Formats: sequence, C-alpha cells, structure tokens
Amino acid sequence: MINEILFMNGYGLYVWSAFVFTLFSFVTLYTVIKIQYTREKRKFIAKFGTLNSERAAFAKSQSINKKILSNASNI
Amino acid sequence: MFKYFEPNKIFSVTSKAPKYILALFIIVLSIGLTEALIFSPEDYKQSHSVRIMYVHVPAAWISLGIFSSITFLSTIGYIFKIRNFFLISKSLAPSGFVFNIVALVTGSIWGKPTWGTWWAWDARITSMLILLLFYTMYLVAWRIYENNDKAFKITSIITIFGIINVPIIKYSVDWWNTLHQPASINLLSKSSIHTSMLFPLLIMTAAFTLFSLLIFLMKYNTELIKIKNKGLDRL
Repeated sequence: MINEILFMNGYGLYVWSAFVFTLFSFVTLYTVIKIQYTREKRKFIAKFGTLNSERAAFAKSQSINKKILSNASNI
Repeated sequence: MFKYFEPNKIFSVTSKAPKYILALFIIVLSIGLTEALIFSPEDYKQSHSVRIMYVHVPAAWISLGIFSSITFLSTIGYIFKIRNFFLISKSLAPSGFVFNIVALVTGSIWGKPTWGTWWAWDARITSMLILLLFYTMYLVAWRIYENNDKAFKITSIITIFGIINVPIIKYSVDWWNTLHQPASINLLSKSSIHTSMLFPLLIMTAAFTLFSLLIFLMKYNTELIKIKNKGLDRL
C-alpha cells in the first residue's frame, strides 16, 4: 500500500514532484504576501506613534485606522 | 450600489476573514490531497500520472478566471472611475500569476510521461505562456507606476489585450491539432470524466479557490494599509 502510494507504478517521481511544486508555490506566495502585510502594518503603527496628540486623534477618528491599530496584536 | 465597495466598509470584513479562510483551506486541501493521491483510481491509459490533473487543471482554470475578473474589474473601474476596482484587480493578480506558473510547470511534468517531452510549442501551452507574459506585464506596470492614473490606464490596456488570449486558450484544442485532449468537463453538455475522478478534481478546485481568496484578502488589506500610510504622511 505505502509502496504503491510512493512509487505509483514508476510515475511517483512525476506525480510527487508536481504536488510538491504546487504546495511549495503556495507556501512561498503566502509567505511573501504575509511579509508585505506585516511590513506595511508595522510602518503604519510606527508612523502613528510619531503623530502629535491632535493629529493622532484626527487619524483615529477614521474607522479604518482604528481597525488597523486594533488588529496590531495580530501581526 | 458602489458605496458598499468603499474600502472603509470592506476593511472591517477583510481584516477578520483571512484566518477563517486559512483554516477552511487547510481542511479542504487535506481532503482533496487524500482523494487525489490515495482514493482516486488510476487511468487505464495514463496510469497514476493522471493524478497530476488534480493540481494542473484547477490551477489553469483559476489563472484564467482571475485574469478574466481582472479585465472585467479594470474595464468597469476605468469607465466609471472606481479606484477600488483597481485595488481589487491588483490584489487578485499575484495568485493568478502563481497559478499560471503552477499550470505550466505541472503540465510540463505531466507531459514527460504522457507525451515523452517536457515542452512542446502546441497551441494550448503556447497560449498559456502568453497569458503568463500578460500577468508579468500587469504586475510590472503596477510596480513601475504605483497607484496613479497612469497605472490605471496602462493596466487596463494590458488586460484588454490579454483577454483576447483567453478564448484562444479555451478553444485552442478545438481550433488546432494539439497534443492536449479536448475538454473532458462541459457545463452545458455531459462530461466525459468519471465521477470518481471528477469528485477529487472539484475538491482540489475548491481548495485552490480558497487559497486565491486568502491571498487576495491579505494583499487587499496590505494595499489598504499602504494607502493609509500615505494618508498619515499628509496629516
């Protein structure tokens, strides 16, 4: 049973390499997008920290900014 | 109607959705892989190499579907000046690009045991390679022009030219004598594929769709935060 799944009548190398390449592509794309997302979020939080209290209050009045800051722990 | 597509409204949903989509994707992919690699039968002609179909075909379908969606959204976005449609298109492109590469590479791996060659310049393969070039041009255009009106115009033109290639990909197997077999699955008539193979194929398609949705949401959130970063600079 295990041998059949692994070797697949001599086609195992082709089948497994196709599946491994697909999953590798998925992991790579997910990692790249995740890194971009984390980088932008960190940049936003750092910029927000440099604002004076008046500008910070104005920026925080926008719901989307509030959401980004509230999700900061999910980076 | 378009007010529902405003980023401020969408972000509250898109920021929470990825973790649920990721969990669902892992579950559906696990079922799909088990079906595709263990339970589905081998083909009487191609033996076990037919299992490559379960990654090759969904990848090709989704890359074509994403390019068609990008073209539709870019065109509507350009006509009605809806910037958010461009943001959605831009966020869809990375997964479409990767699925196109997956379709070409897995097709090449499948070609070796089936046709005896890694690559052939037949109509279907060549038109898929051309689609990859259009995806590359689209992504490069966004890199060069960033988020301005010139980017909207150029990316729209690229997609409009690129969409001409989509029906060529679809009907290439009927119009020309190619190495590819004609379509086994038809929405309007009876499919020639057996249900024991159709079932894992549909599950893998669902898993790949979930993955492209996950990448789209993460990329879309990134783009929104990027815009908000620029907004903070202007304060």
